[in-house]
Amino acid sequence: MKTILSLTLNRRVRDDLVPDNMLLVDYLREVAGLTGTKKGCDGGECGACTVLVDNRPRLACVTLAHQVAGRHVETIEGLANNGGMSRLQKAFHEKLGTQCGFCTPGMIMAAEALLRSNPDPSREEIKAALAGNLCRCTGYVKIIESVEDASRELAQ
Amino acid sequence: MELMPSFRFHRPTSLAEAVGALTLDPHARLMAGGTDLLPNLRRFLARPGLLVDLTAVEGFGSIQKMADGGMRIGAGLTLDALIENDYVAADWPVLREAALTVAGPTHRVAATVGGNLCQDTRCMFFNQSEWWRASNGYCLKHDGDRCHVVVKSDRCFATYRGDLAPALMVLDAEAEVIGPEGVRRLKVAELFCDSGANHLNLHAGEILVAVIVPAAEGWCAGYDKVRVRAAIDFPIAGVAAAICRRGSRLCALRVAITGCNSAPVQISTAEFDKTDWDTATAEAVATAVRKSAEFRRTSNVSAKYRRHVLHAITVRLVERLWMQGSSLTVR
Repeated sequence: MKTILSLTLNRRVRDDLVPDNMLLVDYLREVAGLTGTKKGCDGGECGACTVLVDNRPRLACVTLAHQVAGRHVETIEGLANNGGMSRLQKAFHEKLGTQCGFCTPGMIMAAEALLRSNPDPSREEIKAALAGNLCRCTGYVKIIESVEDASRELAQ
Repeated sequence: MELMPSFRFHRPTSLAEAVGALTLDPHARLMAGGTDLLPNLRRFLARPGLLVDLTAVEGFGSIQKMADGGMRIGAGLTLDALIENDYVAADWPVLREAALTVAGPTHRVAATVGGNLCQDTRCMFFNQSEWWRASNGYCLKHDGDRCHVVVKSDRCFATYRGDLAPALMVLDAEAEVIGPEGVRRLKVAELFCDSGANHLNLHAGEILVAVIVPAAEGWCAGYDKVRVRAAIDFPIAGVAAAICRRGSRLCALRVAITGCNSAPVQISTAEFDKTDWDTATAEAVATAVRKSAEFRRTSNVSAKYRRHVLHAITVRLVERLWMQGSSLTVR
């Protein structure tokens, strides 16, 4: 069965006819065409699909699209400013926080949620906030340094 | 696109509407955060005709301190909100401690207290993809007719792995359940039965609405668990304990475990009440715990390892709480 889903996606209001059993990650990738959100595991284990729902991080692969009706969903595509990179994206680029890049959108969205609620996190707080995000290249040190770099830029 | 079972999605705004939906459709399933159910649906481990999402029910996620010093926690309260609640941190730190060990931070934003309590049991022969299970002949818990853990058994030995249940059990908490017959209350321990395929004592159409936690003054309670990946995993074994101490005397002790049997288990500890603490007490408590626990190969660690770690964390936890209990200000 399909029903109308109304939500705000990256600051734009949308209405779509969406199957009841469709996952949020599939809605974002297949219906909205936003393929920046990745699907890395078979159910909430890797964090690659992390998006923001009303500023809080959420795993799009264990959320049904209809569960976020009326909410504001933000994906990695929504972070860019007029085609330019956000402070976190720039920091991941400059501090080599990205290797193969598959986990990066999820890492950046989880870090974005952290910096919005805590603009000056400690290293431990960064590790705790990214605990649910896995990187198969195991570049965790560079990822944490990238988030630290973005938070420093924010503090200045 | 993910292949999913076909179901209708319903989002009631009241509990009466939710109970009505459950009563009308016997194949309906309840969902709150969805962090346990949706991965199972992705693997076709359930085929509900209707999914009833409780997150829009008004007041379902509320938390209130009551006049008698206790606390009423709505089943829809997210684990994240439980962790951040000031009452919980001040008066029931064991709940915060247990909730902080559940999965990862992104799960805790969505996962709820009720969902954590009612989560399905787990087994390495069950929590697998459809093709994996098909090639293994399925199992007793779903679609199959034999248990791969205890081969000649006619019951399922899937393990209960929730972290909040033992913490609530040592606080002597109660569960409030609403259904077609009205509201009933039972001890959190009575919410479960030791059967992997059917581990909840909930009748058709019933919904867990809240847990009621009594004041814990005079008790010092804590939770400890061991898991394969410290950042995100279910417990291989978990233990909660509450100690009431007066000087060198152990006035009362409560212990509950998770991650071993098909239900969280309250350990019988009456023999330790009103005894003097000595260096062998923690070991004796751990031995009592081990006798009540079942160790089966339901996960990718051996039963022997599970038995060892449960013993070790029980000793560690009981000794920690005994030390903490020496200060009167600690609850």
